[in-house]
Amino acid sequence: MEIGILSTSGGKQLATLTVDPNSTLKELKTQIHRLKSHLYPDRQEFRQEPRGKGLDENKTVAALGLKDHSKLYLKDLGPQIAWKTVFLTEYAGPLFVYAWIYQRPWLFYGEGAANQPMSQVAHIAAYCWVIHYAKRILETLFVHRFSHATMPVRNLFRNCAYYWIFAAYVAYHVNHPLYTAPCQMQSYIALGFWTICELGNFSIHWALRNLRPPGSKERRIPRPTKNPLTLLFNLVSCPNYTYEVGGWIAFTIITQCLPAGLFAFAGFYQMAVWAIGKHRAYKKDFKDYPRGRKAIIPFVF
Amino acid sequence: MTATKKAPSRVLSLPAKIYLIFYNATQFLGWSFVLYKMVDFVINQHLEEKSLWEHVKIPLLIFQSGAILEVVHCACGITPSNTIITFAQVYSRVFLIWPILYKVPDSRDQIGFSLLLLAWTVTEVLRYLYYVLNIISFVPGFLLWCRYTLFIILYPAGITGELLCCYRALPHYSKTQEFSTLLPNAWNFTFNFYYYTILVMLAYIPVFPQLYTHMFVQRKKILGNKKHD
Repeated sequence: MEIGILSTSGGKQLATLTVDPNSTLKELKTQIHRLKSHLYPDRQEFRQEPRGKGLDENKTVAALGLKDHSKLYLKDLGPQIAWKTVFLTEYAGPLFVYAWIYQRPWLFYGEGAANQPMSQVAHIAAYCWVIHYAKRILETLFVHRFSHATMPVRNLFRNCAYYWIFAAYVAYHVNHPLYTAPCQMQSYIALGFWTICELGNFSIHWALRNLRPPGSKERRIPRPTKNPLTLLFNLVSCPNYTYEVGGWIAFTIITQCLPAGLFAFAGFYQMAVWAIGKHRAYKKDFKDYPRGRKAIIPFVF
Repeated sequence: MTATKKAPSRVLSLPAKIYLIFYNATQFLGWSFVLYKMVDFVINQHLEEKSLWEHVKIPLLIFQSGAILEVVHCACGITPSNTIITFAQVYSRVFLIWPILYKVPDSRDQIGFSLLLLAWTVTEVLRYLYYVLNIISFVPGFLLWCRYTLFIILYPAGITGELLCCYRALPHYSKTQEFSTLLPNAWNFTFNFYYYTILVMLAYIPVFPQLYTHMFVQRKKILGNKKHD
């Protein structure tokens, strides 16, 4: 059978493909790639309407109800970059930027700043920051399983700007020679809380990894495992975000630094948006999704 | 310069319509007055002892500050514009008139201020008149043409003026550290108005091309298909 491929911008006819009913959309993407070399498969998204939802590439032509002379719309997602590449760039930046500013370079603080005394809290904060981002890099390399292979390149610049600039902003204040540490008790207690949150965040990532069989894109309802830190799944859909926000609040209390608080708030806002989206998706996809679970803040939302 | 607003006059309630006519008419008259004062200053050169700023500052400050209401209008839904974009536009205007022009005498009475004032007054007079007439669905073709054509010159002129005024105000904030918070303090927070002003100026770089091209797109859409009245 023949399927006409139309562009989502303008409706122009791009190609006519000869397929059989059992062909998956993935195979169609390969065909199109052969015809138009710049449109590698990760850059393509099929839709049934120009502004409709993207179709799952594992579905077959027959499953979508397409017949001879049916039309499919193709959206060019723009230049793509692998998720892994994005994450590594996003996370390596803050790590090196903070570590650099921790040395108190003259560029930010003038000559002689490096020789002035540094509070113990500033050292602790540096370790926390570096450990956090090193953990993220390692998780990206070894733990996470990505449901989508790529994202648009322009996101990379936007995301990196956010991470790197905020890293410099926080680092500048905590490592400043005129930085004032809060009382030790406060910092130590907050450090304990931070540690729990980091371990908790990792536990959730680990649990989510084991939820999904290797190589698959299957989705299942996440539930607590033997690890007590995963009990948070009973209260929220995205406990990884809950722990992450907790960690940044802890960091803010350790350092008593308003810029760190602003960073924590910005992160919280973004993660809340993601959590609400994920929460809604879970409720839609699973009829038996546990009620009483909130998106990110237990009992609240 | 704001993004296009097409007031959905058929969807608005009558009180909202009446309020908007009143608001836009007031702004039209206010900015016409600023324009009049500006022209009056230029023509009557005997006003040399006063500066252009002194001559226009009261109505300029009043009516430009009044534009803050437009953010509220968006948030309440009585105008269809995007609240965030409107906020950014009003913010840049309010930033210019208060911490720059009002606060720093050095930023006034140079070519930057003249460009800014010319661009703002002509634009706003046209814009508010357009809104009033649009609500009652009676926009003359000539006004429409002006609104979607004069921006081509006025927008860059205005931006140049705004940036020049900001630039002229920088030394004041660098020297006096006004509106700034320095270390040490309990919350380990700093705010430097000098750097903040530079940041605002830099923000023009990504934002201006987008808004400018958006106006061209609107122009093509609106003037491209219209027949003259």
